[in-house]
Amino acid sequence: MKYENQPTLPPPANTIGVIGWARKHLFHGPLSTLSTLLLAYLAVVLLGPLIQWAFIDANWVGDSREACTAGGACWVFIEQRLGQFLYGFYPGDQTWRLNLSFVLLLGLILWLAIPKLPAKTWVAGFTLLVYPFIAFLLLRGGLGLEPVETHKWGGLSLTLVLAVVGIVASLPLGILLALGRRSDMPIVRTLSVIYIEVWRGVPLITVLFMASVMLPLFLPEGVNFDKLLRALIGIALFQAAYMAEVVRGGLQAIPKGQYEAADALGLGYWQKMILIILPQALKLMIPALVNTIIDLFKDTSLVLIIGLFDLLSIVQAATNDPKWIGYATEGYVFVALTYWIFCFSMSRYSLYLEKRLHTGHGNRA
Amino acid sequence: MTDTATRPDTGLMVEMRGVNKWYGEFHVLKNINLQVKRGERIVICGPSGSGKSTMIRCINRLEEHQKGEIIVNGVPLTHDVKKIEAIRKDTGMVFQHFNLFPHLTVLENCVLAPIWVKKIPRREAEATAMRYLERVKIPDQAKKFPGQLSGGQQQRVAIARSLCMNPDVMLFDEPTSALDPEMIKEVLDVMVELAQEGMTMLCVTHEMGFAKTVADRVIFMADGQIIEENEPHEFFNNPQHERTQLFLSQILNH
Repeated sequence: MKYENQPTLPPPANTIGVIGWARKHLFHGPLSTLSTLLLAYLAVVLLGPLIQWAFIDANWVGDSREACTAGGACWVFIEQRLGQFLYGFYPGDQTWRLNLSFVLLLGLILWLAIPKLPAKTWVAGFTLLVYPFIAFLLLRGGLGLEPVETHKWGGLSLTLVLAVVGIVASLPLGILLALGRRSDMPIVRTLSVIYIEVWRGVPLITVLFMASVMLPLFLPEGVNFDKLLRALIGIALFQAAYMAEVVRGGLQAIPKGQYEAADALGLGYWQKMILIILPQALKLMIPALVNTIIDLFKDTSLVLIIGLFDLLSIVQAATNDPKWIGYATEGYVFVALTYWIFCFSMSRYSLYLEKRLHTGHGNRA
Repeated sequence: MTDTATRPDTGLMVEMRGVNKWYGEFHVLKNINLQVKRGERIVICGPSGSGKSTMIRCINRLEEHQKGEIIVNGVPLTHDVKKIEAIRKDTGMVFQHFNLFPHLTVLENCVLAPIWVKKIPRREAEATAMRYLERVKIPDQAKKFPGQLSGGQQQRVAIARSLCMNPDVMLFDEPTSALDPEMIKEVLDVMVELAQEGMTMLCVTHEMGFAKTVADRVIFMADGQIIEENEPHEFFNNPQHERTQLFLSQILNH
C-alpha cells in the first residue's frame, strides 16, 4: 500500500512575525502581560529623568563652568579635561606617541581577530615579541624620542597599559601554573599549588601596597625601580593565580581519551599540550577567561591607592578641582561608560569567538 | 626502529613475558605470556573486566605494568621515555570512542603526528593522509571536522590516522562497541582489508564473525588471565575450558 504525501501548509498567521513574537514573549497569559506593562511603566518613569538630565538639559559646549546653565549634565567638564583623562600628565606635544602605540595595537588585534586576513602566525609573533618593545620605546622614550617618566603617565592610557600588560603577562604564567598543578612531578605540583593558593588568598590591594610600600624597604640602598613597574609585576603575578585556576578548569574538562590518543600517536608532553589539549581547553575556557580579563581590567583602578593616576583616579582628582566643584556625577558617569564600552566589547568578542570556534558536536568520549 | 644491533630479530612483533599489573590492591593482569609474530592477527575476547583492554594498553604504555617484560618490535618497554616514544611510533591504536581531535579537521587529524613526531614535510604527509583516507573510503570528508561525521566515519578516520604513522602493529580496543549497528560493518570491512594486507593486529572485540574471518588465533581472557588460545575454527567449535564454553554460549546463543 502506498501513502499519499500530505501538502506542507504555512503556520497560522498569528504565530509568526511581530505579532506572533509579541504574543509569545510579551503577552503570554495574564502574568506575562502584567509584568510587561509594569516594566514598560518603570522604564518610562526611570529613564525619562535620566534622558532629560543627560541629553535634553545638558550643556555640551563651552570653556568653563559658566557655560553650564541648563541645569542638566555639564559635559563641558569632560570636554575640557578630556586630554588629561586620556593621557594623564603626558607632555601635550608627545601624545601622538601614545596614540600611535594604541592604534598599532588595535590594528594588530583586529588583524588577528578578522578570520580572513593571512599570516596569523607572523602577526601573532610580532604582537607578542616585537610590539612590546616598540610600545615601550614609544611610551617611555629613548632612541631620539624625548624620555617621559612613568609618573607622568595617567588616565585611560595608563589603565590600558596596566590591563594589556597584566593580561599578556599573566595568561602564559597562568597556563604554566595550571600545567604545573596537574603535573605528575610532586615538587612542581606542590610549588604551583602553594603559589596559587598564596596569591589567591590575599586581596589585590594588599599586593599593590606590598609592591609600592614594603618592597622598597627590603631592597638595598640605592636600588629603586619604577613604581609603575612594581605595580605591573604585582598585578601580573596576582592575576596569574586566577588565570591558572581558570585554565585548570578547562584542562579538567578535556576527556582522558584525548590525552591517550595523543600519547598513542607518540606526541611528546609539550606537543600534546600545545597541539591537542590547550587549544581545546582554551576554547572551553573563553567565558571564564574573559570574565577574569574583565575583572582584571576593572581591578586596575585599584592602583589609585598607591598614587598612580589611572582613569578613575585622574577623574576623581579633577572633580576636586575648585574650578569644577560639583560635577563629580558627570565625571563618574564618564568613567563608568568608558569602562563599560571596553568590557562590553570584550564580552561581545568572546561570544563571537565561541561561536566561530564551535566545530560540531565534539567527541563522544 | 628495531634495535637489531643488540637483539636479534626473533620474528616476534610483540612479546609479553610474565606480565603482571595491579590497580591498587586489584590484581588486573596475572602472569600474562603472549607472543605475536610479525603479520599475525590476534583477536582477544572475554567478559568485561577480564583485563583484555588493559593488556593491549600495556603494549604502548597507556597503562604501566608492574612486573614482567614487554618487548615490542625488538624494543624492551621500560621507564625510558625514548623507548616508550620509539614503541609508540611503531604502534597504531584505535579506541572504542575514536578519540579524534575535535578541534582539527579530518585531514589535520591525520597529518599532525607524521609532521610533529616523524618530521615529515606537510605536503608529503598530506599526500599520505589522502591515500589512507581513500583506503577507508572517506577522502571527500577530509576538510570536515570530526563532529560532523557519523560514528562509523569517525572510526574509519581514526584508523586512517593511525595508519598515517606507518605502524608495524595495530592495536584495536573494542573498535565497534560504541557504534550503531548499521555502522559496524563499514568499520569491520576496513579492518578485514587491513588484515588481508598483512598488518600485524591485536583486536579486542566481540565481533565473532570478524574473528572467524581473519584471526590466526583467538585468545580468551577472564579474571586477568589468558584462559585459552587457539585458531578460530577449533576455538569456536571445540572450546577446551569450561569458562570459555560458558562465554561462547552466552554470546553466540541469540
